[in-house]
Amino acid sequence: MSEPVLRLEALQKRFGSLVVTDDVTLDVMPGEIHAIIGPNGAGKTTLINQISGLIAPDGGRIVFAGVDVTQAPPEARALRGLARTFQITSILPGFPVVENVALAVQARDGSSLRFIGRAADEAKLNRPARAALEQTGLADRAAVRAGDLSHGEKRALELAIALAMQPQLLLLDEPMAGMGRDETDRQVELLLRLKGQFPMVLVEHDMAAVFALADRISVLIGGRIVVVGSPDRVRADPQVAAAYLGEPTI
Amino acid sequence: MTGAAMSIVPSDRAAGSGRDVAGPLLMFMMFALVPLVAALTADRYLLDLAARVMIFAVAAVALDLLVGYGGLISFGHAAFMGLGAYAVGILSAHGIDDALVSFPVAIVVSMLFAWATGVVCLRTKGAYFIMITLAFGQMAYFVATSLAPYGGDNGLTIAARNTLAGWPLFKSDRPFYYFILVCLVGTYLLCRTLVASRFGRVVRGARENASRMATIGFKVQQFQLVAYVIAGGLAGMSGFLLANSTEFVSPAYMSWQRSGELIIMVILGGSGTLEGAIIGAAAYLLTEEWLSGIIENWQVIFGPVLVLVVLFGRGGLMGMATRLWRWWAHV
Amino acid sequence: MAGTLLLVQFLNGLQLGVLLFLIAAGLTLVFGVMNFINLAHGVQYMLGAYLAVAFYGVVGNFLLALVLALIAALAFGLLLEILIFRHLYDRDHLDQIIATFGVILFLNHGVKVIWGAAPLTLPPPDVFAGSLVLMDGLLYPVWRLVIIAAGLAVAAGLYGAVNFTRVGMLVRAGATNAPMVSALGVNIERLFMMVFGIGAMLAGFAGIMIAPILSVEPGMGDNILILAFVVIVIGGIGSIRGAFIAALLIGLVDTLGRSFAVDILRLAMGPSPARTVGPAIASMLIYLLMAVVLYVRPEGLFPAKGR
Repeated sequence: MSEPVLRLEALQKRFGSLVVTDDVTLDVMPGEIHAIIGPNGAGKTTLINQISGLIAPDGGRIVFAGVDVTQAPPEARALRGLARTFQITSILPGFPVVENVALAVQARDGSSLRFIGRAADEAKLNRPARAALEQTGLADRAAVRAGDLSHGEKRALELAIALAMQPQLLLLDEPMAGMGRDETDRQVELLLRLKGQFPMVLVEHDMAAVFALADRISVLIGGRIVVVGSPDRVRADPQVAAAYLGEPTI
Repeated sequence: MTGAAMSIVPSDRAAGSGRDVAGPLLMFMMFALVPLVAALTADRYLLDLAARVMIFAVAAVALDLLVGYGGLISFGHAAFMGLGAYAVGILSAHGIDDALVSFPVAIVVSMLFAWATGVVCLRTKGAYFIMITLAFGQMAYFVATSLAPYGGDNGLTIAARNTLAGWPLFKSDRPFYYFILVCLVGTYLLCRTLVASRFGRVVRGARENASRMATIGFKVQQFQLVAYVIAGGLAGMSGFLLANSTEFVSPAYMSWQRSGELIIMVILGGSGTLEGAIIGAAAYLLTEEWLSGIIENWQVIFGPVLVLVVLFGRGGLMGMATRLWRWWAHV
Repeated sequence: MAGTLLLVQFLNGLQLGVLLFLIAAGLTLVFGVMNFINLAHGVQYMLGAYLAVAFYGVVGNFLLALVLALIAALAFGLLLEILIFRHLYDRDHLDQIIATFGVILFLNHGVKVIWGAAPLTLPPPDVFAGSLVLMDGLLYPVWRLVIIAAGLAVAAGLYGAVNFTRVGMLVRAGATNAPMVSALGVNIERLFMMVFGIGAMLAGFAGIMIAPILSVEPGMGDNILILAFVVIVIGGIGSIRGAFIAALLIGLVDTLGRSFAVDILRLAMGPSPARTVGPAIASMLIYLLMAVVLYVRPEGLFPAKGR
């Protein structure tokens, strides 16, 4: 029985009188893809933001790779190997694609308080960056200005940045958002290829993708975890069906 | 912040490359030739004016580092210039007029003030940051006005320019002019190097997307503080030059109007380019000289010009020059 | 003796605070609702004073001059909004700073061209011209009390309008989330114009009220503008309540600080160093206060956009 890579214990978050995260306890085991689903407004993105450190919880603990990171700032968690992608694509649009990824390499390659030398020319940073771009199919777009990429390519770039961080855990916040069928299939394929290298937390609305990828699914409704289990178990649960009433059949 | 900013030039251009050497080289050569032209035309005033342009250009280039590359709109930059100037003035009032002392003191004092205020300012973002830097600049200004032993509101005259280990190098205008030029070129080269370095890349990245940089693993505030301190120190150096040039220090050197003028110089020239700051300083000061010679209240004309430039000009003078260049290359 | 001095300075601090509130209220609303840094707000204040002096010269009656000046200040403010400012709401703060800086340059020197550089005066209405005996040995100018009363009345009126009227609700909503308000079908352009107009009038009113006490001269709005910025930064951008509390706080701290800094320091150090260092520290006080507040709460005490 191995240790969970991520453990959330009784996490609480409220905005005024609105309870957004209600006593959430959840763990992510090594190598698994753990999906979090739930209707809109269930608090999924807030949960991801608490895990990555952009929002501070009001109560509870977050334990990552055996270390209590509840009070740690986002950069500290990132350096421990917590990588994430954003629901609304978050990259550096003015920089070339390869530099977006090279910066992630730079963050863990010794000191960045270096004032001489051209960072963009450092092979030490560019080589791992290009390797990550290879994995996500962006190798031939390396010199393109990141802001000029297509939506799907930007999503792939986010993944490349995460890969370059040598993640211990990858948080994916709605990676399929805004993608057509083809792009979604490609993204799913890519994630399946990466599966097992590191655990992933997948927040997603696209049920086909969720069922293709997830080992376990936690269902978040009104800020609470209502069901945890295998995809089949979740599919059959009446509470889940009720919450998704009106959504296309799973 | 939505919509087009006339101010910010894209990052990839900002990092600079070999082909951009011609422009700045030409610019510095022109500055270097001014003393010869002045001698030929017996126009002493030209030398003074060019020296003034270069002095403010140093501060403007430092500000461009913050504004154009760091996205940190510091509205209190003149305070660092003033501090550097007052360092010279106060030391001189106590009989210490060796540049070997005044020069480093001016820079260190400015850096300390930048560090102390930066720690507070950088906890804020956006408009709050602008206003808190403005307020700290005002604080420095009011402290200067209340320094009765050093002239208070009226300022302090400096007996003579600094000497270099006893040698009156700056006494004569020409050698001093070239010293200023060296400082400007040094500032430019330093900032160029910084911007392309690992450090510079983090600062530039933070301007584009600070939360992304944090989730990659960078303690953004730390890097911004270092940039803020460096810019402050460089502005302090320009204050040293200003005090020596005018042989006078006054709280007006630190006024928020001065800080505003520095911002205008950076934006007018085209922020995020470094050369733009130098061009902007020249454009602003030369326009001021020219207009004030024509009518007394020249600001009545200059004010609306600024408004028009903001409303209709994009990328400042560098932006216009680039567009002109591209159009000509096309033709 | 110290007691009366304390009371006098307390009242002076209150008066400065109330004045700052009148200026800061418009500034924080414009900033909160339109996300517009209006450096030209200070010249709006100056313009109010100049217009009052000009109209007084024509009609010879303070109240009438006040009303006319307010109307003219409003008209001028709206003119600026239509011609220049509304094109800047979408631009970044840098552009707003430079454009409003240009407006300041133009107006500060424009008034010099029209009215000359020499300071002008405006007498208060005769009925308020004298001093009141507040305590034994304490005479306090009536006009200053009028300013305090007027300022508090405006504050109460604003509070009521913003919190209890439909229009006020729109303004509060706009300060929290302007695009949303627009998406809900409200004519955002008219809302912005109204907010700007109110701000201009408040600033102009402040200028008119202070004219009998200070001299009316070019650039009179510059320094008080910075104080107003400190007020809204401490109070929280977009918040009238924040502006009120911060304005009174700053008015009192600055006034009492300047009066008593030297005396208080004299207890700690000798009289001579206190006299040298005292004024410098007194002028730094409100900025230190701002630094402390922002260190603890980087978005001010009562930010409209919440945390």
